[in-house]
Amino acid sequence: MNAPVKPELSGTDEARGGAPLLSVRDLVTRFRTDRGAVTAVDHVSFDVRAGETLAIVGESGSGKSVTALSILRLIPDPPGSIESGQILFDGQDLLGLSEAEIRAVRGNRIAMIFQEPMSSLNPALTVGMQVGEPIHQHRGAPWAKVLRQARDLLGRVRMSDPDARVGAYPHQFSGGMRQRAMIAMALACDPQLIIADEPTTALDVTVQAQILDLLQDLAKRANSALILITHDLGVVARYADRVVVMYAGRVVETAPARELYARPRHPYTRGLMASVPRLDGDTAKRLVPIEGQPPDLSALPPGCAFAPRCQEATETCRLSRPPLRAVGTRHQVACTLEN
Amino acid sequence: MRAYVVRRLLALIPTLLFVSIIVFVTVRLIPGDVIDMMLTQNDLSADKPSREQLVQALGLDRPMPEQYLRWLGGILQGDFGRSLWQSTPVLDELMHRLPVTFELGLLALIVGLVIAMPIGIYSAVRQDTAGDIAARSFSILLLSVPSFWLGTMVTVFPSIWWGWSPEVNYVRFTDDPIQNLKQMIVPALVLGAALSAVTMRMTRTMMLEVLRQDYIRTAWAKGLPGRLVVMRHALRNALIPVVTLVGLQAPLLIGGAVIIEQIFVIPGMGLLLLEAVNQRDYPIVTGVFLVVGLAVMLINLAVDLSYGMLDPRVRHR
Ligand SMILES: Nc1ncnc2c1ncn2[C@@H]1O[C@H](COP(=O)(O)OP(=O)(O)O)[C@@H](O)[C@H]1O
Ligand SMILES: [Mg+2]
Repeated sequence: MNAPVKPELSGTDEARGGAPLLSVRDLVTRFRTDRGAVTAVDHVSFDVRAGETLAIVGESGSGKSVTALSILRLIPDPPGSIESGQILFDGQDLLGLSEAEIRAVRGNRIAMIFQEPMSSLNPALTVGMQVGEPIHQHRGAPWAKVLRQARDLLGRVRMSDPDARVGAYPHQFSGGMRQRAMIAMALACDPQLIIADEPTTALDVTVQAQILDLLQDLAKRANSALILITHDLGVVARYADRVVVMYAGRVVETAPARELYARPRHPYTRGLMASVPRLDGDTAKRLVPIEGQPPDLSALPPGCAFAPRCQEATETCRLSRPPLRAVGTRHQVACTLEN
Repeated sequence: MRAYVVRRLLALIPTLLFVSIIVFVTVRLIPGDVIDMMLTQNDLSADKPSREQLVQALGLDRPMPEQYLRWLGGILQGDFGRSLWQSTPVLDELMHRLPVTFELGLLALIVGLVIAMPIGIYSAVRQDTAGDIAARSFSILLLSVPSFWLGTMVTVFPSIWWGWSPEVNYVRFTDDPIQNLKQMIVPALVLGAALSAVTMRMTRTMMLEVLRQDYIRTAWAKGLPGRLVVMRHALRNALIPVVTLVGLQAPLLIGGAVIIEQIFVIPGMGLLLLEAVNQRDYPIVTGVFLVVGLAVMLINLAVDLSYGMLDPRVRHR
């Protein structure tokens, strides 16, 4: 038994690209609140391959942002902490890195774009300085050079008149321009992975598509993988290669985007689909929001967390929690009804 | 920017006029009459002037509006009048005393900030640790101790314990800077104590507020070390309200200087004012108040201008 163990080839992915770029395994992130401990991310696992776009979808409060922040270890502690799991990035467990080592990853090999463009830029510093700051930090470039590169980055995100914008302040920018600046900042050090947490939710509908197109285009060109967090399944259809659906801090379904669209297996996923206008344009269909309230994480039922809102729920659903099970190649779902 | 400053400076004129009227009238409403005082003081002198002579000589027989206009006319020509007692020009006296108080106030401001800002920042970054709690307790202590009491303790106890007492022969900064600073540092610390206590608390509160902002999370996500997140991204934004507070505290500093100068026998405006009020030396009192008023207004202007430097959203046109 001394022979080196060959990794098992399962499915097409390994054959395509070897080990995934990012592999999140059994991640658990908790918050201590006045009403007791809350498990915001509960044994979440997923992979992201180099150059791929993974969408994480779910209603607000389902743990998408906490998952994203956990990857870069940006969970505010207190009140939060990552309790267990592994976050393997390029073969390295990010959870095992020292403070200095994880800093060398942030903004450099993994960059993040946040939901609120209005408040995510520092009002007291120029846009150019903020966009170029990762280059100064990670490449040690002098500021004069950093600002020239910042100008190029602003040009890359197709901002008009980048020369003038470098010295401008965030308050002189519209929401869409600020988000472009955030994208420029994320691209600064050519990261292998960009995590975009609802990058367009706060924006005007008219600029949403522009920003997402730009983001995906630039990520593709830089060969960066992209984790696109959204609560909008319409976005998923257009941009994602694969999808992770989250509910109450858990992954309830994961599949390639096409597969998920063709055959959504979890009642929650189907509910999400019914509640957004489909881009393929069947406007005759009425939009049906999912009934009921998102669950209270501090008082989850013993069974499936979605059971109280599920039209198809049975007694079994309410009693035992269904694990994620494979229902096809790379398609997994956590639903008792899919047995 | 320059136009803005000029406009603000012009706007000072009506305010100063208003201040001068208030001061001119209220000073004369202080109970006790300068003539009575002079008459009792001069009891033993041979050629005792009559009451009427004195009143006339000092120009106090005129109706108050006339006195005011005369006085104002003088000021416009750079003549602040003369002391009723020493008959020295008020302006000379002010010019002599002003730098002393200015130095005391400035030193108090500097030591106040030098103590307060680092502790306030530390306190915020290490919220709820033993260090934070110690710093907060210290600032409460400083706040609750009146400066006259602190000043008295500082002059009394070291002299009992170590035979050290503050120098009473004031040396001007221009004559011997080292000796002067040695003399001024303790009074400045006492005067700056309360200021540093409020500044410390304000710095802490504002830093905590700023550290919760989204752009601080962005700064962390870039891979910056904590030092840069705090100093480059948080501090500047937290400073804006702190500067306002310090500006608002500056007049109190001037008020505190009156007490401190008396305790430590520093011949500044405070001591001058105290003597002048006791002697009902109207021209001196009005002169001091006018200068103090002007100083407060200039400090406010400086605070407003500093916003423009700290906060790019504020632009002066
Ligand atoms: N700073 C925090 N303090 C306490 N609880 C938090 C905090 N951040 C997130 N949570 C908990 O985690 C849950 C998931 O939040 P989040 O990941 O932001 O949801 P979303 O899917 O909308 O991004 C929240 O409903 C909340 O209970
Ligand atoms: Mg979120």
